[in-house]
Amino acid sequence: MSGATDHLPRLLALVPWLLAHPGTEVSDVAREFGITEAQVRADVNLLWMCGLPGYGPGDLIDVTWHGDRVTLSNAETIERPLRLTSDEALAMITALRALSGVPGIVSTEAIDRALAKLEAAAGTAGVADRVVAAPESGTDVEIVTTASNALARGRRLHLRYWVPARDEATERDVDPLRLFTSDGSAYLKGYCHASEDLRTFKLSRVLSAEILDVAVAAPDEARRRAFDADLFTPAADDRLVTFSLDPAARWVSDYYPCETVQERGDGGLIVQMRSHDDDWVRWLALGLAGVAVLTEPLDLAAEVRHVAACALAAYQN
Amino acid sequence: MAAERTERLMNLVICLLHTRSYITAERLRETIPGYAEAPSDEAFKRMFERDKEDLRDLGIPLETGSLSHFDDEPGYRIPRNDYALPSITLEPDEAAALVLAARMWSSAALGASATRALRKLEAAGVEISRLPDGLQPRVGAGGTGLPIVAEAAREGRRLRFDYRGASDAAPATRHVEPWGVVWWHGRWYLVGHDLDREAPRVFRLSRVMGDPKAEGKAGAVTVPEGVDLRALVVASDPPTTDAMARVKVRHNRAIGLRRQTVDVSDDGGGWDVVTVPCPDPHRLAEQVLGYGADAVILSPAEARDAIVQRLHALTGAHQ
Repeated sequence: MSGATDHLPRLLALVPWLLAHPGTEVSDVAREFGITEAQVRADVNLLWMCGLPGYGPGDLIDVTWHGDRVTLSNAETIERPLRLTSDEALAMITALRALSGVPGIVSTEAIDRALAKLEAAAGTAGVADRVVAAPESGTDVEIVTTASNALARGRRLHLRYWVPARDEATERDVDPLRLFTSDGSAYLKGYCHASEDLRTFKLSRVLSAEILDVAVAAPDEARRRAFDADLFTPAADDRLVTFSLDPAARWVSDYYPCETVQERGDGGLIVQMRSHDDDWVRWLALGLAGVAVLTEPLDLAAEVRHVAACALAAYQN
Repeated sequence: MAAERTERLMNLVICLLHTRSYITAERLRETIPGYAEAPSDEAFKRMFERDKEDLRDLGIPLETGSLSHFDDEPGYRIPRNDYALPSITLEPDEAAALVLAARMWSSAALGASATRALRKLEAAGVEISRLPDGLQPRVGAGGTGLPIVAEAAREGRRLRFDYRGASDAAPATRHVEPWGVVWWHGRWYLVGHDLDREAPRVFRLSRVMGDPKAEGKAGAVTVPEGVDLRALVVASDPPTTDAMARVKVRHNRAIGLRRQTVDVSDDGGGWDVVTVPCPDPHRLAEQVLGYGADAVILSPAEARDAIVQRLHALTGAHQ
């Protein structure tokens, strides 16, 4: 594709949008279209050279600037947006389907109504029938709804939360800051008043959630950090652990972020990852017994073998 | 250069939308400022052909017709009704779904397409509601194949791609009649009839190597009546049965297992016996492995044998 074929659709979308939003700040236009302010200015300067044949003052698109605010007029010919391309319709339809895979954020019924209207307008009948989502079995719709309501209303949550690696149910008050999904599961990131720090909670492990009549009061610094990174953000000083994976355990390299992934030569892999949580490493190594071996660090590997030997003893009595 | 070309295309679109009657190429050459630069008839022809192609690639409905019965010189115009997105009215919850969907993509290409779609919808009258910044469901593309696969499924065209399954040592070329695409557990799956295996198969898109190719005529694929795409994907994972397992667990331990229990009884000595659904004995073994010495599988025998064998493998490793 040439530069013009990327650029033209943006201009054809920009004109109707600017006509519908007169006097918008350049910075807001840039944010809405995902481009830089310099690109917005360049686009507007180009539009100013376009218009009806004759190309005189009454024919060209008019641009009025008030400081950083821009207003377009005399562009009635292209005042309606171009219908959606198949790429655009597909990107929206597939994302809407994925959204319905995590029930509780937006009602599935509203998503279906939006899909029907979108397909009617886009004239792409048939895509939504061929793209579907299977809802997550482990996700409790009510918990997701409670968490997103607390987030929208800025209210503190009381959570009973299960920590599988420690096999523990914990109680804590959390100021919700971000609700996101990763690999199809929903997570809540918030300021945990028990640990006085940011924590990420997998919503399928929330045993119960209650909205408290308390406004969120997370430190500003925690609020900023909540938007920094996603799920597992390994720190450089976390322990480096090495697993040797049989072919049946190759999925581990898809599922967890690995620092290095090496083919073993027999269909298996050697992977290295970082973790600050020895409980988690032990738990993963035990669950992978028979299809993967934790080779480093040696002390953790020895502990895992010891736990396995104790577990095995119970079957030999 | 690029900006001049965009300007020429903008003026061409405006001119062709504005006109009611067809306009010939020669007339456009005289009218649109950029075409005056063409040094020869041949150069203009090349420019104009490329411009027409670009407009059509962008989905702009360029119509060709004759000016009159006496003239075979073709003319061009863009019918406004075919060009414009119809106006669309959404309820607030429908608009919220669209806004969230548009910002879900973690893939840059699909994200840009979705953003453009949302801006067009907004210009077509959709009232965009403000959502909390922290509300961020995400969807990944799982490689570059999704648009190609979804389009092939819609058109009913066959697909060819290189695929490496979870336990395949090497990739192999597969030929598939696509039935549909399913989002499940945070991944995209293609469901279809595998022409090499002569059976329905499920493929994870992230395991497709390179871009899939759509082949043959549209409409060549017939989706079987009543096929349940979701069920096929879910069934490719664990089979569902009514089988139950009994597991001995220490008091207050194995919370994950306890969340699934249908029955708990005190076994004395600080232990309970829990009964849980067991669709797949090997999955149960894997889950109970994580509890170390705090849980012991009593039944079914298949799960008990599996866990014993896997614990042996672990304790025997490095000996």
